[in-house]
Amino acid sequence: MKFLHLVWAALNRRRARTAFTLLSVVAAFLLFGLLESVNSVFAQVGNSIGAAHRLVTVSSGGLMNSLPLGLQNQIRTVPGVQLVTSETFFGGTYQKPKNFISVIAVGPKFWDLHTSLKLSVEARRAFDATQTGAIVGAALARRFHWKVGDQIPIKAMIYPRKGGSYTWMFDIVGIYHASKPLMEQQLFFRWRYLDEARLFGSGTVGWYVEQIADPKEAGRIARAIDALSANSGHETRTQTSSAFAADFYSQYVDFGLIVSAVMGAVFFTLLLLTGNTMAQAVRERTPELAVLKTLGFSNRTVLALVLAESVLLVVLGGAIGLVLAGATVHALQAQMGSELPMMPVGAGIWLRGLAAMVAIGLVVGALPARRGMRLSIVNALAGR
Amino acid sequence: MLKKTVSVAGLLLALVLGVAAVVVLPWLGLAVLAALLVVWLAFTRAGRQTSSVTAWGMSTLPQRWGSVSVVVLGIAGVVGVLVALLAMGRGYEATFRATGSDQRAIVLRSGALTEATSNLDQQSVMLIGQMPQVARNARGEPLASPEVVVSASLTKRGGHEGMAQIRGVGPRVWAVRNRVKIIAGRRFRTGVRELIVGKSAAREFAHTAVGSTLTINGQPWKIVGEFAHAGAHDSELWGDVNIIGTAFHRGSSVQSVTVRLTGAKAFDAFKAALASDPRLKVQAQTTKAYYADQSKGMTHIIGILAAVVAGIMAVGAVAGALNSMYATVAARTREVATLRAIGFRGGVVVFSVLSETLLLALAGGLVGALVAWLLFRHFTASTLGPNFGAVIFQFRITPALIGEGLKWALVIGFVGGLFPAVRAARMPVTDGLREL
Repeated sequence: MKFLHLVWAALNRRRARTAFTLLSVVAAFLLFGLLESVNSVFAQVGNSIGAAHRLVTVSSGGLMNSLPLGLQNQIRTVPGVQLVTSETFFGGTYQKPKNFISVIAVGPKFWDLHTSLKLSVEARRAFDATQTGAIVGAALARRFHWKVGDQIPIKAMIYPRKGGSYTWMFDIVGIYHASKPLMEQQLFFRWRYLDEARLFGSGTVGWYVEQIADPKEAGRIARAIDALSANSGHETRTQTSSAFAADFYSQYVDFGLIVSAVMGAVFFTLLLLTGNTMAQAVRERTPELAVLKTLGFSNRTVLALVLAESVLLVVLGGAIGLVLAGATVHALQAQMGSELPMMPVGAGIWLRGLAAMVAIGLVVGALPARRGMRLSIVNALAGR
Repeated sequence: MLKKTVSVAGLLLALVLGVAAVVVLPWLGLAVLAALLVVWLAFTRAGRQTSSVTAWGMSTLPQRWGSVSVVVLGIAGVVGVLVALLAMGRGYEATFRATGSDQRAIVLRSGALTEATSNLDQQSVMLIGQMPQVARNARGEPLASPEVVVSASLTKRGGHEGMAQIRGVGPRVWAVRNRVKIIAGRRFRTGVRELIVGKSAAREFAHTAVGSTLTINGQPWKIVGEFAHAGAHDSELWGDVNIIGTAFHRGSSVQSVTVRLTGAKAFDAFKAALASDPRLKVQAQTTKAYYADQSKGMTHIIGILAAVVAGIMAVGAVAGALNSMYATVAARTREVATLRAIGFRGGVVVFSVLSETLLLALAGGLVGALVAWLLFRHFTASTLGPNFGAVIFQFRITPALIGEGLKWALVIGFVGGLFPAVRAARMPVTDGLREL
């Protein structure tokens, strides 16, 4: 520790070179942080039954296949299940085909389950009492200048009404608020309205969401729910809501492969680059290292000094890179909400990053450090 | 002071102009520039000086392989990653492109953007088939295929679950989509639970060999054949539209009708005829336009990903190149000062250092593109398509992509070489000669 100023002086010897090398290290770990942030979302797929209070039950044939309504009462009787609601994707456009809105038909217990969506008591009461009632997100309402009491026509994406028309009228009875604008973009209405008016598909729902008392029981409860409809022609698959989301994303792209390929290329070039810098630095300082040895520094101390220099360089740059990555993810999430498939740059990513930094620093410093350790004082001082 | 400000401004201007030239100019323009450069190098005094100084600089490359490899491999990394990621986007796009044709039109419910959100009743299907622009077979039947697309969760060969796209097609689909070829087994029969499987889907999903039985949603389906298609259908499983509609609770309605037109020019008349029939609320697109639309979003996202990743890597590569070239210039201080002392101009020195960096960058770009080509030319990937079923596609590395990568290499080389080159030319001759 007491030689820290020596290491620091060595890095300051050629500021421009140190700055450029730092810049490459920063770039490499910025990329590492960003890619790992996305990758953590996908990596959750593995530990599919984690700790979570919410489960999602979809058809084993996938989200686009519906489930019978009758299943709801059976799920309610599974021990450990506190609440069940059904959700059905409806989708729709307002005025122009380009104005797509995420419209979901929901069961009566929906608002008790999704407590993060804040709703006034009057709105809740009106929703329960109005067949054509709809509750819209605050951001969505701002976008189309909707207010409570408006009647709006929505063109359905999938379901025609009896008689063939695709236009559905909704009465806005309330506006909900959430922590992020992106979560305030949906329109919820009563499944009963959908079911009584639609031309086909009656008696079915899209998927079920369950609230459970004990997250540790998630695995057992999920298996019990799936057992209800085993061998029935509409088998289900139940997962925690986070695993469900991760599963969905992982279908889009084998992200782990892209991350390892890109990071492989990045770290390989980084090794080469910082390695070259360190070799130059030590070569230039040969006489100085010789002076240190003359003063009585042991071989091992000289080795440690050079290694410390390269590790410090990489860790410094890497830390800046990860901080930048964290800030970027934070900014993106503030902009686009939590549905962005990125996790905050947390302890896990920092630990893996630090391990990579130290390893790269040691590998890069090894050859120059050995050279510094082995140099003979007389030759080095003579400039041979 | 003023002189310094002017020279910094000039340097930045040169930087912007150089980068802009590489980015904006097409390859033809760059070739003309290169040709002019060659003429200049060969036929003017300063040009001949530059080429001899550059040649001498290049001859010392082996002595400083460490910093040379930093420039070359740093840039190779950027170009390799860029080309690989763009090849993914290009492959996805090409798969959809190959699915479309001017000769075929797809009819959806008006307002529907994808097959998954469309819905057509039996009467509409019949009316669409009766349009005069729809081609007919020898027996006078319209070449129209009413279709439904469903997705189902199947076990992949790796053991994970994945969404497969299952398409129910009409009995005359073979004449409508005539580029689909059966390569093993036979076609499915109408009215029974039989499926044929696309070549890519067969590679991706387990239990899809011809002759085996696949369980979907608890129901058994017999795989009776395998087919090949150059486009997106290769990732699908096909069966009889009525059987699949019933099995997946779709009732008697379908999602789309794909027709073969009497000719590529018949489309406008077909579209107008559909619009003028009051009984129909549908819209038509040539399948060429439809499938190009379907791939747009994903190609765009991949393009952004490639630019962000390669952009961050490029910053690192520029820093590496600057470091190496500054070190190179510093090591050559005495030689450069000697050249200047015997009458070589500063511009000659700038040009020679810059062209050396650009050559190294070009080499790096070629290495990167070559590695990407070797690793990814036969690489297949799978993603969810617009109908929530798997689309399996092959990476495509085209000459245009490699060109793009080389442009990035040249930009990095230019930025990384310009500043050290100017530094070399600016060094006071007397100081340089005294340097040991």
